[in-house]
Amino acid sequence: MPHKSASTSPARGALHHSRANVSESELNFLMEAIYTTYSYDFRNYSGASQKRRILQAMAHFECPTVGALQTMVLKDATLFMELLQYLTIPVSEMFRDPAFFLALRQQVLPVLQTYPSLKIWIAGCSTGEEVYSLAILLREEGLLEKSLIYATDINPVALSKARQGIFARPSIKAYTVNYQQAGGTQAFSDYYIAAYDAAIFDPTLRTNVTFSDHSLATDSVFSEMQLVLCRNVLIYFNRALQNRALGLFHESLSHRGFMGLGSKESIEFSAYAGHFEALDKAARIFRKLQVMPV
Amino acid sequence: MASRKTHQRIDAVVIGASAGGVHALLALLADLPRSFRLPLIAVLHLPEGRESLLAEIFQYRLPIAVREAADKESIAPGTLYFAGPGYHLSVEMDRTFSLSCEEAVHYSRPSIDVLMVSAADCYGAALAGIVLTGANQDGAAGLARIKQQGGLTVVQDPADAEVPTMPEAAVAQLKPDFILKLAGIRDLLLKLDHP
Repeated sequence: MPHKSASTSPARGALHHSRANVSESELNFLMEAIYTTYSYDFRNYSGASQKRRILQAMAHFECPTVGALQTMVLKDATLFMELLQYLTIPVSEMFRDPAFFLALRQQVLPVLQTYPSLKIWIAGCSTGEEVYSLAILLREEGLLEKSLIYATDINPVALSKARQGIFARPSIKAYTVNYQQAGGTQAFSDYYIAAYDAAIFDPTLRTNVTFSDHSLATDSVFSEMQLVLCRNVLIYFNRALQNRALGLFHESLSHRGFMGLGSKESIEFSAYAGHFEALDKAARIFRKLQVMPV
Repeated sequence: MASRKTHQRIDAVVIGASAGGVHALLALLADLPRSFRLPLIAVLHLPEGRESLLAEIFQYRLPIAVREAADKESIAPGTLYFAGPGYHLSVEMDRTFSLSCEEAVHYSRPSIDVLMVSAADCYGAALAGIVLTGANQDGAAGLARIKQQGGLTVVQDPADAEVPTMPEAAVAQLKPDFILKLAGIRDLLLKLDHP
């Protein structure tokens, strides 16, 4: 589940540097070849966004055709890793959609307070903005010490950035506003040390975080969770893959476990519509239903 | 201008507007008949991070269905769709919508170019694209792609636009099939709906 990847990934221009185009079948062929060679499965991603990113990669690698790009990355794993930074989406921010985090704080964490220990899965954690946001929230609500957080992604470059917890200084101003709107109880600056153009986040926030490789397209459930967050990941999947991912979350969640999705993501038209109830529909927070509807 | 163009079959209309866009779109669409069948898909730039009330505002004024386009939703006739704030809106090859958080294009997310390029790939010559008033360059590349795919291209007459920058940028990049005032674009829409 890839999604967001390293913010250091190559500069992206607008969409239209050239008249180069990519057909649906070329795109499918490339994704099949990548899957066969590297076991990264992008075959069930939404086409329009994937195509834009392949065009950007072609411009970056100076490949005039998809075929040239394909030949190049299949021969060279290092270049494939570079291409992976295009195939995954790099945009992420701390406390994105503050209303979501506020709802989490007010409606979900009070329930989780009553549990002796917690397991939380952040699926598609990218460069970690959401991980540190959640860790801050848990610390302020007194839950971080008894939580185990699994932060997973398919992009090793993004995961390694996430492990470092260093974010660009210019973004911090917007994050601070988000944090306050999310009901933050401290000064946001308590959580990081500013160093030149970087903000280095308190490493104790990630003491209980395990960052690891996991694909929603090919891997299975690995533990029982009380809370799963997967925000702005499913939009990159087609319906079949969305259903697979939702199936994993459902299987992974404990009795009456909680699930948080992105603000424009919905389970309404999925195969799992009847398997969750909305706890806060606007915030996209759901709760696992125990009894399956007939 | 190329009158044969209005005889081609059009299956959908994409519209881009920025500064001055709310008024322009209302003027363009408020008098549409209830029977209007073409799907209309619009990107109207608004400040990010704000829940858009566009669909509600337009639904109040328009006789056709209006809603924010949802991820994986099928495109229905007789409906005006708005791209929601903070996400790019694309049209997939199977005529469904998809959303994405890719970086802004021309400082905009949603971007008119992103919508128009993806819709041009899907609909080909059966797409009409309209660029209205605005203060940036978004939409010019998208409209050029629509033209390249054989679709119908329309730009609001810069003299008629509240902010002419966006129509001017489009005209600088391609020769549109029509440069019209809002009233003329509205007449054209009615013709396209009943060829």
